[in-house]
Amino acid sequence: MCRIGAIKSKRYLHPSNALRLMRSQQKGHDNSGFAFVMQDLGGMFENYKDLPVLSMACTNDGMHIAEDILHSIGFVRVMQWSPDVHPHEGLNIEPMPNYVFEVFNYPHSYKYAPKEEKEELLLDTRLKLRKALEEADEGYVYSFWPDVLTLKEIGDPRDIGTYFGLWEENQDFTAKIITAQCRQNTNYDIVRYAAHPFFLQGYTTLVNGENTFYEKNRLFQQSLYKGYIGFESDSQCFLYTLHYVNKILKWPLKYFKHVITPLPFEEMQMRDNSEILMRIKASLANLEINGPNAVISVTPDGTLFTTCDSKKLRPVVVGKTDDTVIITSEVTGINELMPDRDISQDIYPNEREMVVVGSDLNVERWKQ
Amino acid sequence: METIDTRDIKTNDICKNDLKWQIEYNPQRCTLCGKCVAACTFNAIKVNVERRRKVYSEGPLPDPHVKWITEPVIKQVVTCSKNCVGCGMCAKVCPNEAIKPVFNEHNRYNVMFRAENAESPKRGGRSNLHTEGRTLDKIKIGRISQMTDPSLDAMRHTFDILAPFGRVMPPESLPFIVEDGDLKMNHSMPTTNWIYPIIIGDMSVGALSTRMWEAVAIATAYLNEVVGLPVRMCSGEGGMPQKLLKSRYLKYMILQIASGHFGWNRIINAMPHMTEDPAGILIKIGQGAKPGDGGLLLAKKVARHIQEIRGVPKSDLLSPPNHQGLYSIEESVQKMFLSMNAAFKFRVPVAIKVAASTTSVSVYNNLLRDPYNIVGGFFLDGIAGGTGAAHEISLDHTGHPIVSRLRDCYLAAVHQGKQGQIPLWAAGGLGMMGTLAADAFKMICLGANGVFTGKLILQIAGCVGNDFGKCNACNTGLCPVGITTQNKTLMDRLDVDKVAENIVNYFIATNTELKKLLAPIGNSTLPVGRSDALITVDKNVATRLNIQHVC
Repeated sequence: MCRIGAIKSKRYLHPSNALRLMRSQQKGHDNSGFAFVMQDLGGMFENYKDLPVLSMACTNDGMHIAEDILHSIGFVRVMQWSPDVHPHEGLNIEPMPNYVFEVFNYPHSYKYAPKEEKEELLLDTRLKLRKALEEADEGYVYSFWPDVLTLKEIGDPRDIGTYFGLWEENQDFTAKIITAQCRQNTNYDIVRYAAHPFFLQGYTTLVNGENTFYEKNRLFQQSLYKGYIGFESDSQCFLYTLHYVNKILKWPLKYFKHVITPLPFEEMQMRDNSEILMRIKASLANLEINGPNAVISVTPDGTLFTTCDSKKLRPVVVGKTDDTVIITSEVTGINELMPDRDISQDIYPNEREMVVVGSDLNVERWKQ
Repeated sequence: METIDTRDIKTNDICKNDLKWQIEYNPQRCTLCGKCVAACTFNAIKVNVERRRKVYSEGPLPDPHVKWITEPVIKQVVTCSKNCVGCGMCAKVCPNEAIKPVFNEHNRYNVMFRAENAESPKRGGRSNLHTEGRTLDKIKIGRISQMTDPSLDAMRHTFDILAPFGRVMPPESLPFIVEDGDLKMNHSMPTTNWIYPIIIGDMSVGALSTRMWEAVAIATAYLNEVVGLPVRMCSGEGGMPQKLLKSRYLKYMILQIASGHFGWNRIINAMPHMTEDPAGILIKIGQGAKPGDGGLLLAKKVARHIQEIRGVPKSDLLSPPNHQGLYSIEESVQKMFLSMNAAFKFRVPVAIKVAASTTSVSVYNNLLRDPYNIVGGFFLDGIAGGTGAAHEISLDHTGHPIVSRLRDCYLAAVHQGKQGQIPLWAAGGLGMMGTLAADAFKMICLGANGVFTGKLILQIAGCVGNDFGKCNACNTGLCPVGITTQNKTLMDRLDVDKVAENIVNYFIATNTELKKLLAPIGNSTLPVGRSDALITVDKNVATRLNIQHVC
């Protein structure tokens, strides 16, 4: 089973926190990888909030391929950072030759472009990079988006942490939102793209579970939007549905829950807005999920939330202090990072709930 | 001693050995009660006498004498018109097991009937040619939840077993606006009704006896109002009793309009008096059991009450093979769909039923464009479906299996990104082995939103026919069990309440079985298009349907 976790704080936090959060839940996963997404970046990235950050793992040839594409489109590199790596024998990790985090200026012609156009450009560019790297088998591009940074690797999370020096906290490499997971996908081939968290245009999603409507979701999503690709994991479908509902259809966030786990008909009919709910159930039937799932997501405005399947078949817990909220699979993770919090305030969401953490860390429980 | 002149044997005389069914009669067990002759609606047996030569001997030493006696017996009628259909009523009523029909595999009936009568044989039932095995029986539900995700508990968990009937709008076309963080609808939309994923298929009052039709209607109402399963029944082409049209039970009925428009003048007249909308309208273009052929109700079944309901005189009622005046898909959408939608002020979903065909995908692709959003369902009927009457040549030799065609239609919709927008309903021999839940479930996994079934309902009611030539006499008006006849005496054989009870029970059992299939694959709602749940050991089936091949 997966274990997933998310930290949202008023302070900038180092990813060592995410590593500790997940390591404490190691009995529940198989230690086969470590992946995290950092949003609302601090440290050396803090001054570049509006500029897209490319997160890539590749070979030297892969670097050249990517740079050629980016330059041809007109992106100009502003800053580049690569983590110091500490390879030594005995580490269980399958590293790529290069880990690249680069900040770019938009092409000149986009200087006055509206936000939506820039967002499309970033997505198109990422898809182009991914395709080129995939065809040449020279690397992976995980995200290309302002204020977002992604790292995914195969191996033992502890060793991955050692390799990247993530155990030592510092102020250069930080973020206010970090989502992480410690396991490779088991249903399909182990590929880096299949590791949560999944990211698309400001939306991040992690799922602990098994989406048994994967086939339905995939067949529908593949023709919905150009960014819905890969499908290396059944959990990617959650990200695409969230993106579709909230960004493409522009529906309020609460309707995500109504789409993935519609209320039973009997309950639906008793609601004031039953007509709307029935329409959603019919028109978005192919985005409904089944099976046991606990979801943690981040939206572009930094809202963090969790919800789960309609039968509550996977665990998730929310804990908070004055300046930090953690959502994760097991309470042991929260205990590790926030042992002194008021545990009576911990929330174990039920099958009809979304627990939503807003910008000022206010925690709300939304009843479906 | 009588002499035998072999020239008396006339080659072309019909004899018992030419017929499909032979009566096996044991005079030793017969009490001559006459029940069998009374029960045979086809007059295929009669009371007769046979001359018997008895040799007897009296006294202690052999002293043979000959005695001629005349003995009453039950005898098979040997003609091409009044022949035994194997229904077995004689055996059913015989107190002593003295009589029964036996299938004669060496019969010459197919040749003789045509040669004698210059006529194409007609009958009811399904295709009686078994040239291929059933595809659905080669498919298993193989994706069982074990460690990665838990199976559900069929008895404890809740399941939503409902399917849409009506046009489903693409998400981006939903007329939603956001007001104070909530979605609101800013204009009306096509009606979509959520109903049980098994519709009781279209069998008209006329094809069915009034008592049988009434029993189905009673069962439907009971399933809705007492059991809580929103099962819908389709009227078939032939209208409905006025009383029902004006009752609140109309909401459980789907009204059918076919090329003969039978019963529609009465339906239209009843409209101002309707207290409920019907559940839907089904435009019947074709029927899987006899594609390319219209409805056929022979005059012998057009009794007085049928004339009244349909508004017709007593005569053979033949629906044309096509709706007159329609010559293209676009036109049918504009004319038929629009007018039927308009008739009920766009409150009642309108669907279309066609026979499965190699052209089904083109038709469905065209309908999916549906510029007016008025196509509320695509009903696809396969070759193994049943019918009350058809030419045997149509029944046995025309048609298309349902499984691959349904799958093709679903995948065509997927290709357009429009799956689910015009709900797919499939039929054609589903449940013919008695296990409707399994058939329905597999069809749903292959992409159907739901299924419809007709012949099975007759089997539940007590139809003795089968797909091996037994009975299949629905066209004759002489149905021995009172299901497809308008003869009052024969109808009396049918216990309406018992039939309704059996249908209700069958649906309750089927509902439990659907849960028993949903639970192991970990689903609480219908797995429409979840072909990953299916496996087959047949490579050809796997390739054709794009499901997993296993061995």
